[in-house]
Amino acid sequence: MSELLIKNGYIFDPISGIKGDKADIAIKDGKIVDKVSSKAQVIDASGKTVMSGGVDIHTHVSGPKVNTGRMMRPEDKFFRGSYRGGIIKQGKRMEMGFSIPSTYKTGYAYARMGYTFTNEAAMPPLLAPHVHEEFRDTPILDQAAMPVFGNNWFCFEYIKNKELENNAAYVAWLLNATKGIGIKVVNPGGTEAWAWGENCTTINDPVPYFDITPAEIVKGLIETNEYLGLPHSVHIHGNNLGNPGNYKDTLDTLRLAESYKAKNKFGREQVLHNTHIQFHSYKGTSWADFESGAKEIMDYVNANKNITCDIGQVTLDETTTMTADGPFEYHLNQLNHIKWANVDVELETGSGVVPYIYDKNIKVCGIQWAIGLELALYAKDLMRVHITTDHPNAGPFTRYPCVIKWLMSEKARKATLDTMKWKDKVIAASNIASMDRELGLYEIAMMTRAGPAKALGLAAIYGSLVKGADGNVAIYNLDANDLPSDPELIEAAFQNTAYTIKEGVVVVKDGEIIAEPHKYTLWTKVNMPENAQVMHDIKEKFTKNYTVNLENYAVFDEHVHNPRAIELDVA
Amino acid sequence: MTLVQEPELFLECYSVTPDLFAGKSLAEIADLPAHEGKIQWKLGDFFKFEGKAGETAADTKIVVNGNVRRMKRFGQQMTAGEIIINSDADMYIGGWMKGGKITVKGNADSFLGIAMEGGEILIEGDAQNHVGSAYRGDWRGMSGGLIRVKGKAGNDIGTAMTGGTIIIEGDAFIHVLTHAEGGTVIIKGDVEGRVGGQMVKGDAYILGNLLYPLPGFKKVATVEKEVDGATYTFDQFIGDLGERKEKKKGEIIYGNIFLKK
Repeated sequence: MSELLIKNGYIFDPISGIKGDKADIAIKDGKIVDKVSSKAQVIDASGKTVMSGGVDIHTHVSGPKVNTGRMMRPEDKFFRGSYRGGIIKQGKRMEMGFSIPSTYKTGYAYARMGYTFTNEAAMPPLLAPHVHEEFRDTPILDQAAMPVFGNNWFCFEYIKNKELENNAAYVAWLLNATKGIGIKVVNPGGTEAWAWGENCTTINDPVPYFDITPAEIVKGLIETNEYLGLPHSVHIHGNNLGNPGNYKDTLDTLRLAESYKAKNKFGREQVLHNTHIQFHSYKGTSWADFESGAKEIMDYVNANKNITCDIGQVTLDETTTMTADGPFEYHLNQLNHIKWANVDVELETGSGVVPYIYDKNIKVCGIQWAIGLELALYAKDLMRVHITTDHPNAGPFTRYPCVIKWLMSEKARKATLDTMKWKDKVIAASNIASMDRELGLYEIAMMTRAGPAKALGLAAIYGSLVKGADGNVAIYNLDANDLPSDPELIEAAFQNTAYTIKEGVVVVKDGEIIAEPHKYTLWTKVNMPENAQVMHDIKEKFTKNYTVNLENYAVFDEHVHNPRAIELDVA
Repeated sequence: MTLVQEPELFLECYSVTPDLFAGKSLAEIADLPAHEGKIQWKLGDFFKFEGKAGETAADTKIVVNGNVRRMKRFGQQMTAGEIIINSDADMYIGGWMKGGKITVKGNADSFLGIAMEGGEILIEGDAQNHVGSAYRGDWRGMSGGLIRVKGKAGNDIGTAMTGGTIIIEGDAFIHVLTHAEGGTVIIKGDVEGRVGGQMVKGDAYILGNLLYPLPGFKKVATVEKEVDGATYTFDQFIGDLGERKEKKKGEIIYGNIFLKK
């Protein structure tokens, strides 16, 4: 079929351990190979930086609450929607939305930054068809989605009754019914408590009626995850997000993973991934004495190899918060008085959407900005600490290049601090001003492709340039041996690739979309014997509690776009 | 500039601003874009140009002749200078304006002065709906400037307003200062109703009759106030009492509706 040879680039591939050596990358029939024939298309990457296609481990780009955000925020497209991207022959697509892009802009903007895979942060199982329909309409990117389990009635009951095998069978069944990839937990117990107007703010607050604690829920799901051997670990947004003093609840949550070891055939080593950990690293007792808890959190993460995290960096933009943490969004609306959407998803989860402005001239926002960067700069192993903005919660994903610039350049960080009205208060409440560490390209590659791919259990396919992996490559206009002293040029280089290649096809050239090849939906197919008890329980709950019939619940085959199953067998 | 060719649909005249004309030759001005639906034309396809643009926006005065009843967005986002339109105009006149002055010697359609930040708009005829309102769904509406409509206006005046002044010399329909957090709206004629719905702060002065007042307002005083150069006696109502309250130095601040006695 087709052959592509990328010559002379400076390669950064942490999975293979290549740290900037000049080498060639060969792709044949969409996969990385050792070499290709002389008939191969050749791209000369001399003087350029070459990495595997980017892997985003946590982003909200496709699904019902994302679309609620689009619908309730006409002003998010305001004077920003005139660009029509895509290739002319297919008719140009409207790229609109700054913090909640259209599905077309999502695909194109990620591709222009060199990304080729995104992991949808949360999928409400009942509404999975909507997620898959948006996957179909998102160009270029391979995608996966994680159904939420941390407020699921079935899981509550099985875990409370210590029925591990039954919980595992249910999780496997739900992954199949939703074509999901792994176990997501959002405010365990808290979003269910919200149905009563309550919350779980520590890991020991029991959920009304079910009388199960977040600690029990999380431990039960970790046990389930390792029993099944899923490619990814439990992926958690813990209790008490966003409140000063919550770093203690975060440490409590992380400690729940202490006695567990990862069991899987995918190379994953962690048992718990704490997402957007910036929002969970707050010290202080109120917004008045609010300060950074990044050091305390990273002391723990550094010492515990069974934990991975992504930072959830605040980008100092007007953006939109959206999460399955229902009570949090209500409290945010009470704080900023901006429009609020709230949804309950029966038996399963909930969601909330509220616009938010991270104003650089507000002290608290400046400290939040500092915390995200500190988490990365304190990290000892950047394979376990990944770049995200919890898009769009802390900022749009189109700001990843800006985040990279801040991590690579102390000068850039200082420049941003200098723009803050309360710079001195921000400095006093954080550690960022005293941190002179600057990350290099190898570390950035760890944080943006290799680390996330390994944590997802997908490193054989994504995030690496090893033989047999998908031929996804990003070529950046950065001379690794002569990086520009102006940090803005680093940001510009990561914003628009020289080339983005997806399975051996050039999709972006000089920042322009030139092809839209097929894309896949990744999901986890667990092969295990049918569990009669669990099937009985499922039928019973659908009869008694759900408003839909069981026959209409699972995603239809026609819904799923180009499914690509990760298979595993459980005895 | 004079209209010589009518478009089939409506024409988006967002390029007709002192800022975009300043420092340009007539040929360059004629080359500026104008959309009709999804088709991008040039201003020169519809208008012929005479005279000379100023060096800066502040020095530039644009006079629009011909019947531009179906042209929108004159003066959009302008910062200085003047535009005079010698006929009726369509929607979004002076939208997102920051400074300068626009006069329409006729009627204007809806969304007049949407999200205005500064400057002045004078409509000698009537306006339609959403005068000085926020962009749909935005909580940040008009924040400064002055809009004066000599005739009547429709519904949704000053939605989410935070500052500035709107004067309607004729009657108004419903929804004035909905969700407002500041600003002043003066209506010299009658208002059908729904003034100050969910208003947190802001002032409405109604010199005519308010037919259907909202229940969330409470009379607190009778006061004399000067409004647009004349002094009247008003009953002062505070509200919207069903909405959240702002505090300044420990004291609650309310929105006000002043009804002329």
